[in-house]
Amino acid sequence: MAESTLKIGTAEVPKENRIGLKATDYHGGKSTLCAGCGHDAISNQIVRAFYEMSVKPERVAKFSGIGCSSKTPAYFLSRAHGFNAVHGRMPAIATGAMLANHHLLGIGVSGDGDTASIGLGQFMHMIRRNIPMIYIVENNGVYGLTKGQFSATADEGSKLKTGVINDLPPMDLCALAVQLGCGFVARGFAGDPKQMVNILKAAIAHNGLAVIDVISPCVTFNNHDGSTKSYTYAKEHDELLHQIGFVPSYEQIEVDYEPGEVKEVTMHDGSRIVLKKIEEAYDPTDATNALVRLKQAESAGQMLTGLVHLQPEKKSFMDLLHVVDEPLATLTLERTRPPREALDKIMQELM
Amino acid sequence: MPESQTASAVLETASAGGDPIVNDCTIHVATVNGSGSQSSNNVLMRSIFQMGVPVSGKNMFPSNIAGLPTWFTIRANKDGWIARKKEVDIMVCMNAQTAREDVAGLPPGALCIYDAPLNLKSSRPDIAFFEVPFAKLAGELADDSRLRKLLANMVYVGVVAQLLGIEREELVNAITKQFKGKKKAIDPNVAAIDKGMDFARASLPKQEKHRIERMNATAGKIIIDGNAAAAIGAMFGGVTAVTWYPITPSSSLCESLIDYLRQYRVEKDGKATFAVVQAEDELAAVGMVLGAGWAGARSMTSTAGPGISLMAEFVGLGYFAEIPGVIWDIQRVGPSTGLPTRTAQGDVNQVAYLSHGDTQHIVLIPSSVSECFDFAIEALDLAEEFQTPVFVLSDLDLGMNNWMSDPFKYPEKPIRRGKVLTKEKLDELKGQWGRYADVDGDGIPWRTLPGTDHPMASYFTRGSGHDDFARYSEKPEVYKATVDRLARKIETAKLFVPPPAVDISEGARIGFIAYGTTDFALEEARYQLRTEHGIETSYLRLRSLPFTGDVRSFVSMHDRIYVVEQNRDGQMGDLLKLELGADQEKIRKILHYTGLPCDARSITEAVVQMEATIECPEPLLLVRAEPPAAKASPMASGTQPTTRATED
Ligand SMILES: Cc1ncc(C[n+]2csc(CCOP(=O)(O)OP(=O)(O)O)c2C)c(N)n1
Ligand code: SF4
Ligand SMILES: [Mg+2]
Repeated sequence: MAESTLKIGTAEVPKENRIGLKATDYHGGKSTLCAGCGHDAISNQIVRAFYEMSVKPERVAKFSGIGCSSKTPAYFLSRAHGFNAVHGRMPAIATGAMLANHHLLGIGVSGDGDTASIGLGQFMHMIRRNIPMIYIVENNGVYGLTKGQFSATADEGSKLKTGVINDLPPMDLCALAVQLGCGFVARGFAGDPKQMVNILKAAIAHNGLAVIDVISPCVTFNNHDGSTKSYTYAKEHDELLHQIGFVPSYEQIEVDYEPGEVKEVTMHDGSRIVLKKIEEAYDPTDATNALVRLKQAESAGQMLTGLVHLQPEKKSFMDLLHVVDEPLATLTLERTRPPREALDKIMQELM
Repeated sequence: MPESQTASAVLETASAGGDPIVNDCTIHVATVNGSGSQSSNNVLMRSIFQMGVPVSGKNMFPSNIAGLPTWFTIRANKDGWIARKKEVDIMVCMNAQTAREDVAGLPPGALCIYDAPLNLKSSRPDIAFFEVPFAKLAGELADDSRLRKLLANMVYVGVVAQLLGIEREELVNAITKQFKGKKKAIDPNVAAIDKGMDFARASLPKQEKHRIERMNATAGKIIIDGNAAAAIGAMFGGVTAVTWYPITPSSSLCESLIDYLRQYRVEKDGKATFAVVQAEDELAAVGMVLGAGWAGARSMTSTAGPGISLMAEFVGLGYFAEIPGVIWDIQRVGPSTGLPTRTAQGDVNQVAYLSHGDTQHIVLIPSSVSECFDFAIEALDLAEEFQTPVFVLSDLDLGMNNWMSDPFKYPEKPIRRGKVLTKEKLDELKGQWGRYADVDGDGIPWRTLPGTDHPMASYFTRGSGHDDFARYSEKPEVYKATVDRLARKIETAKLFVPPPAVDISEGARIGFIAYGTTDFALEEARYQLRTEHGIETSYLRLRSLPFTGDVRSFVSMHDRIYVVEQNRDGQMGDLLKLELGADQEKIRKILHYTGLPCDARSITEAVVQMEATIECPEPLLLVRAEPPAAKASPMASGTQPTTRATED
């Protein structure tokens, strides 16, 4: 398998980040998930990405729905407020919170059941609105927490431990997101932490909704032969779109590359995403191209990973709302209660 | 003209020996939905109001954009009784579909203005008919057929005005107001009014039965619907996040709120101090309210019964996770394609305990437009103070109809934002705090907002499974402590919610309990009972849930309690029974559930009937009471609900 990440600069991880915090300052509570669960691997990469990006944890708000995956916000960034909502409705809670305080850096964690079934409507509308936050789907093809029923992302022909075969087609959440105009769509794999961390960093830098569908094996209910969401199956079918490198805005690194070999995308905050082609020239800024490639992968039985689609300049919902710079949550009374004359005028009009 | 002869004959009998009835009539206008009659009706209502006569206007409209029948009722009453009155005094028939039925339902002696092609004059000998060729008159005003249709509606305003003596000057003022000073719209409408007045003056018989005369009971008052009043209140209550999904009869609340916010809450640099989202459904709308409330916004939504049903799961989470948010329920009839454009008070049970588990909610119940304004502010305050979803229970009649009111008072008190620990307070506490710890003994914990710049500020929000420090716990004693504390919180709320409005009459043996829009009919019914039947009554008007101590003492002071409400089963009556213990025996229900607003006469008749058939400890003095019906109606026995107003 090809390397999924592009080495840029020195890969050394310092003991303290730029705001003087240690990696432990980004830790969460102890996980109660099954040992080896893909979801825990993702939590670890979230810790790493936020630490390395020097995001102040107090600025972060964590959201989730219901499921094993949705429990994980308790297992990273304890110093950030978290909200475990109801099944499939994390987008509404997160949207409301972002309205109240658009300075928050939102990260939502959901599952394939939480997103692709009960929460599909809210997921789609959140994309349509382009709420500026990260939305991770920890996709294991089953309902882990309710003990192993098929979800809507289970592949056709995939087998449950009990022998039941899924005969419905899967929903491709990445294709759906691209189709709905999402400005940041990626697919990762819990078994490829390096790629995951770069995707996460790019997502942190994105001003808009960043949808990341992560294949995250459920070791208890969907990791057997016959499952298409097992570690083994995913490793064998992982098809990398490109090698991903991430250059934060504060680093002045020049990237050495042969002309035509690398595509760079500059993000809202000035950071750069560097994509090195592997087998083909893939342009993630072209939505049509992305949809075609996803469809090809589906027919070929490939699990396509990498940055599927990027459109960093798209306006976020908060830009469109045109709210004052300060969080609405803490505006003073003088700014939220119009003066006496305003009421007098309204009353006059009604007389 | 032959029709004038018919009319004058009836008019003579109708007014024989009597003076005209001044400033006390109901005008009922039947039109086709979508024909633009709304403006005409508003102008008619407003001109009466501007003549100083107390007035109310009710729109009885179908669930339809155009084509189905619709009615508008204006009640003018010098004594200020502005509830719906069942009897129509002056009918305006513009709709062929309903004309025959409309006329059939009129009481003898009523006046009926009708569109000439309907040819109603011989349909009843006891009605005074006034035939008007509306199409012909409107045709003289405009060429465009659409405009002609609209103007025909303004012509009837002129006719009614001339017949009743409404002053032309006030009609012109009302038109100017209605069309916001736009000359292009004002001129043709004034011409239409004149057309109607001239025609009535020249070609219709005079009538002496009903008159509108100038008086001075409306000076300084405003006319507004409850939804707009709520919107204004919310804006002055400092609302910052509004998330909603359209549904009649609540849509106009958020729509007018958006209008007002755009006018008054955008700063000089063009940036807004509010955010509005039209959500994808009510689940999302209430989820956004809670997300925003959790992160510190003053958040609200408005909906009707069907939307409340969808919000059930989230509201429970809001209750257990202790998150503020305001939900307006503008009640209407039935689910789906029921009578979605008709009024009811059928959501009491639903909102009182919405969701699963041991939930109980704070509910505010306005009964006037000024209370809509006040409670919009109060609800936002209570939600943040008690960190819980707060309902405001209005209804279609209050929300969408026009009501007279004193102007709203500017809120003098600052808004109340509840117990929030800031970074500075956390520093003082050295970061030692528990999100769900009841440190003050009132059941209300302290909270922090996400984004608070302190390493100890954060906590993890989830359902009921948490300890005082918001750590996950499934321990039986921890869960029990949590729900017991939530019950204490509701106990505290009893001291802070708006208390009932109580009016005790000296010597009254019976008391009324009612709430919301039933109030208008109820006060009038009390007047009727006193003046027509010599029955003194006391009255407690509920303004909130949970019940406060006032309710028990009110009930204990009276022998019988009539709970009057607009639903089939007497939902509030049942909640009261649960509350009252032994005193529940005193509860009797009077229920009005036709989709139309409750009227006074129905209440009066029900009380008289129930009082007459009751075994009283001491006989009540029933002056002029009708004898009990010979055939006992199945509903006539004391404790059972009475049917009423089947003719509605
Ligand atoms: C309204 C509602 N319906 C059903 C459930 C039960 N339930 C809990 S988690 C879950 C599925 C979770 O699946 P997924 O999102 O894929 O998460 P995973 O456990 O696989 O990470 C279901 C159906 C619920 N909590 N709420
Ligand atoms: S059941 Fe599956 S998804 Fe849930 S924690 Fe265990 S391995 Fe993870
Ligand atoms: Mg799953």
